[in-house]
Amino acid sequence: MADFVELWTYLSATPLFGLTATLLVYVMCASVYQHYDQSPWLNPVLWSIVLIGASLLWLGLPYQRYFSGAQFIHFLLGPAVVSLALPLWLRRTELRQHFGRLVLAGFLGGAVSALSAYGLARWLLLPESVALSLIPKSVTAPVAMGLAQSIGGIPELAAVFAVLSGLIGALLARSLFALIRVGQTKEDWTRRGFALGTVSHGIGAARAIQVNPQAGAYAGLALAMQVVLASLWIPALFVFFG
Amino acid sequence: MQALIGFTLLLLFQVFGEALSRVLPLQLPGPVIGLLLLWPALSNTWILQHVRAVAEFLLANLSLLFVPVGVGVIIHLDVLGPIWWQVGLILLLSTLLGLVVTVAVLVGLFRREGDDG
Repeated sequence: MADFVELWTYLSATPLFGLTATLLVYVMCASVYQHYDQSPWLNPVLWSIVLIGASLLWLGLPYQRYFSGAQFIHFLLGPAVVSLALPLWLRRTELRQHFGRLVLAGFLGGAVSALSAYGLARWLLLPESVALSLIPKSVTAPVAMGLAQSIGGIPELAAVFAVLSGLIGALLARSLFALIRVGQTKEDWTRRGFALGTVSHGIGAARAIQVNPQAGAYAGLALAMQVVLASLWIPALFVFFG
Repeated sequence: MQALIGFTLLLLFQVFGEALSRVLPLQLPGPVIGLLLLWPALSNTWILQHVRAVAEFLLANLSLLFVPVGVGVIIHLDVLGPIWWQVGLILLLSTLLGLVVTVAVLVGLFRREGDDG
């Protein structure tokens, strides 16, 4: 038994632990998600976060020790953001054709989501640092962290809010679109995908790619567009009012 | 080899982006500038082929990349604990509102085009 404790203490302290745990739990969650017809409630990101987070708390392992391994996956977010140039390039004809309208929809959707969150937070008397961290919530986590920092929010909190916004969109978009009667024609899938990528960034786009290819392509496009738009308007707003 | 060259290209564009974001007065994050630089560069077939090999893999597994930072919620439980229902309500309402607004704008704008032509 003493040997086991010693071995566990050694293994849980190496970066190998966080990296392996993240991949193992995610692969298992993703398999269950695939097996049950990609039900939104079995979202693999949601369950991976819940299972790993709860295990760390239960085992009393500090997040920093987990992250020393998980950072190798986290690091890939940078190249992944760069690689968003691909969906933009592949859809360049449609993008050129509808450029103004898509930019307007992406800007309004993202800005309404961001400013309504900030307004509600102030109305509910939440601390200013929390309210500011809510503003970049429609932008993919690594970019949201940088934006939060530049406007006086808390980067880690902004990342958590972005991930949660992603999950909410991925979980509820189907029911919401049914409620507001968005159909299933090609144009409807374009709108659904674009909206999901706009407010729920990579997590919403990952969901859209799995549900419908047309929706997936436009979600990727919206996610890339949101990264650029938010990186321009959020700091500009604060230079203007700050 | 193709994917390896593609990954090197992505990192190079990110490095250019990071460097430019330090120099430019704009507050664009490095990877975003990298994206904007890579976008026109994809008109080069060699770059497109190599980047595509790795970019498709990264984008197909994008949701995995959010797990490490998402688990970070556990170190903010002390901040979020007392305000969890407010934060939950805000995120829920603002996300749904954003979805509705985006869809509504798209429906409105594309309907007008249909009327014109």
